[in-house]
Amino acid sequence: MEKLNGLRCRECGRHYEAAPIHVCEFCFGPLEVDYRYDALKGVITRKSIEAGPPSMWRYKELLPVDGDVAVGHHVGFTPLIRAQNLADELGCREIWVKNDSVCHPTWSFKDRVVSVAVTKAREFGFDTVACASTGNLANSVAAHAAEGRLKSYIFIPADLEQGKVLATLVYSPTLVAVHGTYDEVNRLCSEIADKYRWAFVNVNFRPYYSEGSKSYGFEIVEQLGWKTPGHIVVPCAGGSLITKIWKAIKELKTLGLIDGEHGTKMYAAQAEGCGPIVTMIKNDTDQLVPVRPNTIAKSLAIGNPADGYYAYKVAKESGGSGEHATDEEIVEGMLLLARTEGIFTETAGGVTVAAAKKLIERGVIPRDESIVICVTGNGLKTPDSLQERLDAHVKIKPSLSAFDRALADLKSQTS
Amino acid sequence: MPVLVRIPTPLRAITKGSAEIQAKGDTVDSLIGDLERQYPGLKDRLLDESGELRRFINIYVNQEDIRFLQAKKTALKDGDEVSIVPAIAGG
Repeated sequence: MEKLNGLRCRECGRHYEAAPIHVCEFCFGPLEVDYRYDALKGVITRKSIEAGPPSMWRYKELLPVDGDVAVGHHVGFTPLIRAQNLADELGCREIWVKNDSVCHPTWSFKDRVVSVAVTKAREFGFDTVACASTGNLANSVAAHAAEGRLKSYIFIPADLEQGKVLATLVYSPTLVAVHGTYDEVNRLCSEIADKYRWAFVNVNFRPYYSEGSKSYGFEIVEQLGWKTPGHIVVPCAGGSLITKIWKAIKELKTLGLIDGEHGTKMYAAQAEGCGPIVTMIKNDTDQLVPVRPNTIAKSLAIGNPADGYYAYKVAKESGGSGEHATDEEIVEGMLLLARTEGIFTETAGGVTVAAAKKLIERGVIPRDESIVICVTGNGLKTPDSLQERLDAHVKIKPSLSAFDRALADLKSQTS
Repeated sequence: MPVLVRIPTPLRAITKGSAEIQAKGDTVDSLIGDLERQYPGLKDRLLDESGELRRFINIYVNQEDIRFLQAKKTALKDGDEVSIVPAIAGG
């Protein structure tokens, strides 16, 4: 079945043959994979999807992969958890956490986009993959390049968290630390991508790469029993994930896999120290003003988000909104999720939990409707952010009396 | 005053394949005028119907996004480097 129809400019609609290109030559708009939905309708059913593997590849027919999956066979289909403790704490009826902090193999949702991008790189005959990254993408590209026996060049800001640096280096890529912000790394990579014939997953492979994020949205709907939630709160860096979750819901609707009308509202969560998309939403303007990031949520520290305009439009179109979180609120958000649900997320997850809490407390998200919080990365990658807050523990000699005394002390402190 | 301008792949059909070209201008705006004189059609690719920079194009002067400077009025001097870069995805 011919499911793909090449690429199409999101702005002017011009058509391009499937190729490793990402920008419209005429208007510079981003190119997007064009599917033949008519051919897919009735062929892709709930049953056909449910018969697929317990990974994102159960939605392969809705992803831009023509042949066999090359890498990342076990990515995705992460738990959607009914977070009743968190709901009780926030005074809500129904909160779900879509938990990509346990996404295989590198503990973030980036495995979804990278497995598609690296598979496409192989399809197009590339021997080298590359990326500009705030950390999670670096981990994932290095890991999947290793699996696919491809060379990899990973470009990161030099001040990245040590955990993310080590979790990249372990896969033996060529890691290039650039003295500059992510936005500067990004610009440099755009120029490098023009010069070297590499598969830059988030530059010339962006149209394919970004489609992988749809699987996160498909899973939410399937795991809710083919129903859409009332509200989805999504962390935003470049702004792609929120637009692709939205696209996923629309595609399922187009294919007749969702009953009734869906009324899901989408919310953008960003750090106060780097929140240009949420600022657009709050000021109700489609003009993005870039910022210089200053936040502990480094995986979201993109001051010039490429999909900012579309992220804003999704929040608007869906009737949703957005919220900022301060560094302090981010840490509180991480601790709140860990304390109530036993889930340790990275700073970006702290942003999302904190933003969701504020949106609920402000009455923007009603307490009696279903809410999905998108947790997209693992806390063990960014322990630095908690170092100052978490040093209270008991040190004793190995004797029962020492423990008795310590326990009595602890009880007197908390009483 | 000559300025080095880096041309991204999508625009090289207009610059006859050149990745770097020399152009003149006191400001980014006048530089775009000179680019158009040298390579007719280039301006329309950079600016929309109202003369504003297209949404998905970023212009940098010596690595600095011109939106942090004076946008199209950003002054240029001899030896400056200007990069035209399409927006790219997050990471």
